[in-house]
Amino acid sequence: MNIVVCVKQVPDTEALIKVKADGSGIDEGGIKWVMNPYDEFGVEEALKLKEKNGGDVTIVSVGPARALETIRTALAMGAEKGIHINDPALEGADAYTTASALAAAIKEIPHDIVFCGMRAIDDDAGQVGSILAELLGIPQVTVVTKLEVADGKATAVKAIEGAQLVIETSLPCVITAAKGLNEPRYASLPGIMKAKKKPVDVKDAAALGISVAAKAKIVKMMPPPERAPGKIVGGEEAAEKAAQLVKLLREEAKVI
Amino acid sequence: MAKGVWIVAEQRDGAFRKVSFEIASAARKLADELGDEVSAMVLGSGIEGIAAELGKYGVDKVYVADDPAFEKYTTDAYVQAVTKAVKENDPAILLLAASVEGKDLSSRLVGSLATGMASDCTDLRIEGGKLIALRPMYAGKAFAEVEVDGSPQMASLRPNVFPVVESAKAGEVVKFDPALDAAALKTKIVDVQKDASGRVELTEAMVIVSGGRGMKGPEGYQILEALADLLGAAVGASRAAVDAGWRPQTDQVGQTGKVVSPNLYVACGISGAIQHLAGMSSSKYIVAINKDEEAPIFAKADYGIVDDLFKIVPELTAEVKKIL
Ligand SMILES: Cc1cc2nc3c(=O)[nH]c(=O)nc-3n(C[C@H](O)[C@H](O)[C@H](O)COP(=O)(O)OP(=O)(O)OC[C@H]3O[C@@H](n4cnc5c(N)ncnc54)[C@H](O)[C@@H]3O)c2cc1C
Ligand SMILES: Nc1ncnc2c1ncn2[C@@H]1O[C@H](COP(=O)(O)O)[C@@H](O)[C@H]1O
Repeated sequence: MNIVVCVKQVPDTEALIKVKADGSGIDEGGIKWVMNPYDEFGVEEALKLKEKNGGDVTIVSVGPARALETIRTALAMGAEKGIHINDPALEGADAYTTASALAAAIKEIPHDIVFCGMRAIDDDAGQVGSILAELLGIPQVTVVTKLEVADGKATAVKAIEGAQLVIETSLPCVITAAKGLNEPRYASLPGIMKAKKKPVDVKDAAALGISVAAKAKIVKMMPPPERAPGKIVGGEEAAEKAAQLVKLLREEAKVI
Repeated sequence: MAKGVWIVAEQRDGAFRKVSFEIASAARKLADELGDEVSAMVLGSGIEGIAAELGKYGVDKVYVADDPAFEKYTTDAYVQAVTKAVKENDPAILLLAASVEGKDLSSRLVGSLATGMASDCTDLRIEGGKLIALRPMYAGKAFAEVEVDGSPQMASLRPNVFPVVESAKAGEVVKFDPALDAAALKTKIVDVQKDASGRVELTEAMVIVSGGRGMKGPEGYQILEALADLLGAAVGASRAAVDAGWRPQTDQVGQTGKVVSPNLYVACGISGAIQHLAGMSSSKYIVAINKDEEAPIFAKADYGIVDDLFKIVPELTAEVKKIL
């Protein structure tokens, strides 16, 4: 079974995000870069499938030079090889362009299942996996919390509002991973040593033959709106505090 | 020239979901600025009867794709039909809900229509005839204004953020023949397991009562459920509570859980880690109940109570009972 995992390098969830004064983007100084947490679920699931069925796991990432570390992390977890799409013209690329780059690279290699994360925690878009599936002309199941693959079919569990769906799809397909799918493993020390020797192909937009013209553009970034300072509800007894709070919620906030 | 504002309205089991009225209302506002019409597309099986209802929220024309294949949402069938309708009618703007279904559908449409989309938006406006969308990024630690150059200009709207506004329009119903290619349908739903709780779902709830590690164990949630039942609220949890196995994964609020925007979010025994705040900071009002006055949740809270939640929550329930 040939499995591809798309991984994006993103700021660590703890990172302090500072918008540049001119609103052109964020200040990248001091940021610790990590693998998108949802992509870790994708890598883990791919490795589990490979361990069960045999085959290869290929990691694909679009990003600047530093993204190579994230590819190496996935290789250290146990993937076989990497494709690093690195082109200054793709910096800050929109979802369609990113998916086009990924699709062009993935079309050239065998793929029974392609994993993406349900969303990248930097742009919080949740678009690339589905666009990629469309461009590859294969079905998708998004936000998957459980997956079984057998007899040329994938059966996935997905939570919707108020219910869990069990969805069956033919292969090849794109699966976008959600929390709950698995517990990602850590890279072992021997794994990290081996990863250094695993092959990583580097490609640019020209080699992939894709257009880099963005269809969705960020015109301005800004810090989040300030919240007005809150009130601490005082009182002697629990009952008194509770009564005060209910009064405030009813009369001031008007939410109950 | 692309013209008009389109929405895809979402229905489940033959009833529109509230978010459909939110996007209809938002579409009406944009269309008024552009001097244009609002059209809605609704897909389902046996749903022609409900279609006209969208007129109440400013929709001029409702395209109905009624087919047994649309009874439940599947990406394949819905994308095929909406792509066809959009290509035939060439709208300037296309809005969908950033619900579970809307996210799946809208993002695949970005591919089939080869355009761009601002997802999970919290505000929309028209500038120089173009759509400008405001959306949170980096888990709400930054906001971005996004302009879509492709056609149609697509946006998905975060549920519970855009107001429902009534502005009666014709709501003229038009039958749309999707001429589905059945051979292209590769996915099927083999089972639906409905949640047993009977409570509203987190992303749709107007009020959420949420508990963290401070609940001490699964039994602790009984007092939250009692309060939630009175308020018609959903019950949420921090990752600490989910990882401990006290609550199901579907209850998790935060960066690796659900992003919610209720009118009221009551955080009980939750410290307010940045990854938790990522999921609930767009709530209109936030209440924190925590015995540690230094807990970071208080910096985000509109109202805070520094005390033992096991004392406060039952008293709150008693107080709410008095007024409801
Ligand atoms: C990649 C990544 C993703 C993450 N994603 C998420 C996510 O999606 N959602 C999420 O929630 N977290 C997430 N986290 C985890 C997050 O960092 C915190 O660990 C978690 O939110 C803590 O949960 P908590 O507030 O319930 O627990 P704690 O931080 O332990 O806080 C418990 C609080 O309860 C209070 N308390 C205890 N007893 C009482 C009492 N009797 N009365 C009143 N107060 C009491 C304490 O004072 C304390 O403030 C993520 C972390 C990482 C690294
Ligand atoms: N630059 C990228 N390189 C590789 N994969 C990506 C990239 N951007 C997005 N993806 C994949 O698409 C998923 C969703 O990303 P997004 O649509 O940006 O939220 C991520 O979890 C990745 O799996």
